Amino acid sequence: VSDEMSDDVGDEITFVEAINRTLARALREDERVIVLGEDVAEGGPYLVTAGLAGEFGRERVRNTPISEGTVCGVAVGAAQSGLKPVVEIMFIDFLTLALDQLVNQAAKAHFMSGGQLSVPLVLRTQGGSGQRNGAQHSQSLEAWLTHVPGLKVVMPSGAADAAGLLRSAIADPGPVVFVENKSLYFRREAVTDPPEAIPLGRARTLRSGRDVTIVALSRTVEAALEAAGGLAKEHGIEAEVIDPRTLVPLDLDTLARSVKRTGRAVVAHEAVTAGGFGAELAAQLQAAAFDYLEAPIQRVGAPYTPVPVSPPLEDAYRPGAREIVRAARVALEWGDYDVEPWDKGAIAPA
Amino acid sequence: VDKDVARGLLRTMWRIRLFEERVAQLKRSLQVHGLIHLSIGGEGVAAAVCGQLRDDDAVYSGHRAHGHAIAKGAPMNAVMAELMGRVDGLCLGLGGSMHLVDKPHGFMGATGVVGGNLPLALGTALTSHLNGSDQVTVAFFGDGAVQAGHFNESINLAALWELPVIFVCENNGFAEFTSRSEHSTIERVSDVVAPYDFARETVSGSDVPAVYDAFGRILHEARGGKGPFLLECLTYRRRGHYEGDQQKYRDAAAEEEWRERDPIARLTESLNDDAAAAEIEREAAAEIEAAVRFARDSPFPDPAITSGLVYAT
Repeated sequence: VSDEMSDDVGDEITFVEAINRTLARALREDERVIVLGEDVAEGGPYLVTAGLAGEFGRERVRNTPISEGTVCGVAVGAAQSGLKPVVEIMFIDFLTLALDQLVNQAAKAHFMSGGQLSVPLVLRTQGGSGQRNGAQHSQSLEAWLTHVPGLKVVMPSGAADAAGLLRSAIADPGPVVFVENKSLYFRREAVTDPPEAIPLGRARTLRSGRDVTIVALSRTVEAALEAAGGLAKEHGIEAEVIDPRTLVPLDLDTLARSVKRTGRAVVAHEAVTAGGFGAELAAQLQAAAFDYLEAPIQRVGAPYTPVPVSPPLEDAYRPGAREIVRAARVALEWGDYDVEPWDKGAIAPA
Repeated sequence: VDKDVARGLLRTMWRIRLFEERVAQLKRSLQVHGLIHLSIGGEGVAAAVCGQLRDDDAVYSGHRAHGHAIAKGAPMNAVMAELMGRVDGLCLGLGGSMHLVDKPHGFMGATGVVGGNLPLALGTALTSHLNGSDQVTVAFFGDGAVQAGHFNESINLAALWELPVIFVCENNGFAEFTSRSEHSTIERVSDVVAPYDFARETVSGSDVPAVYDAFGRILHEARGGKGPFLLECLTYRRRGHYEGDQQKYRDAAAEEEWRERDPIARLTESLNDDAAAAEIEREAAAEIEAAVRFARDSPFPDPAITSGLVYAT
């Protein structure tokens, strides 16, 4: 309780340091916590786990071979036997190799056993484009995971949320997929130590506004705030910006309350628009707030192509503030003679 | 093995055999549900392995798992009720034949994904290792799982981390409908793990005392924290891949081969006490009929229970 009552806002640290510090605290406080994955004892490519093996030993901070499926399964078995594993899949693109274990085992063990088993594991991974890594190291695949009952899906947009949400994810009695974004890794933010645990399923309103609601995930939260600043300054439009923070469970109440007040909504994420989580958000919001909507809900996401490498192409591919501004203006000007729906991410037509 | 052990093995085998024969009947009348994979012919391995384990030792299995669950101690009534989708089933009727779990007896689970539980067995063995306990984990799998990626990743990792896990392969020569020779150039599974150089043994799964002895030796080592190990049991799958399988891939010699390889017939012969064997069979039959009555009397679960079991609380 005293943690939550502290006045200290904490030092400015990076997203990476926030995760590292939270993992270290979990390892220190609970001997059931272990960390495993490729190169985790060496710190990994982004140094997220740097120093943990030194403090806690290579038994608990355990390097694994490049065997994503089996390593994820080891974490499932360990979790249902009493440990609290935090397993790292280095790039979300490689989660494809571990999906059998995550989807067929972790997500269903509690249900299929009639409640006998529970799988308190956290699968940390990172996605997103922007580093010219190409189509196999830049994807945003979180929507797949939200389609599987039994998994929780967390997508922090900053260092403080990352620390607080990771604390809750490790404490959760079931499997939680924790999706980081590589573009956010070296952004700094004040983070209390210890971080305040943020309950899963509680959205955060980052900016209040009366005209349009922008629901943004992960990296696009920053873009949404930038867009809101521009809309206010150049067009006198006051946008409300909300970060759901967790996709499953989803704080629909907070989102719907805002949309009922503004009557207009934009949903934004870095993933491909078609079949992205924005589709689910739009569907749920239109059902919850249909009578209040003044315009169709606008979706912002990536086009329906793999992520290109060439710098100008990747830059054009990545949805950002410009796209969010445009979508918000379509929502606001809906009904005017020349407004076309913002539909950059339509699925390939038959 | 001495006479008491032999009688115990025979009892477990009859319980599994008669359970599964009854399940085959109930499947035909649609009283048990879903895909049903029977282990008739392979009961000896389940009996000889699980019979030597403690409740706190873990067992994982695959889709052909009834025998392993029963031999590990899962109550017959609850197993039958589970297959019939009833609320008094092991898993409240939510798991079914391919997803039996009985945590109190260390039966950590069956799975419908071939080879899917092998990594989980490593995770349980890793837990025992980190906790400094002498618990042993057994992973049952068939020869069909050996060609799966998880198998190859798992044997590498188990060897690398020296985990106290015993891989028990039931090599019945068939991967679903196809003979082993069409899936791999390596006939014996013990040869597949040979490069990892862990202790391994191949025995006839029809010779139950031989399985018992071999597993007993391995278990003693594993109990001391050593591992991994492989016990390959050459078994005979009496039924099809699943109930309803037409088995067009089988030839006429199968019937004769069965007479040679039925583990119950062989152990009964060596016991040389027909009266005792008949009594064991009668007791098992009565237990199965009681389980069928129990399951039929159990209601189907309330549909409202499902939403409360998606997430642990």
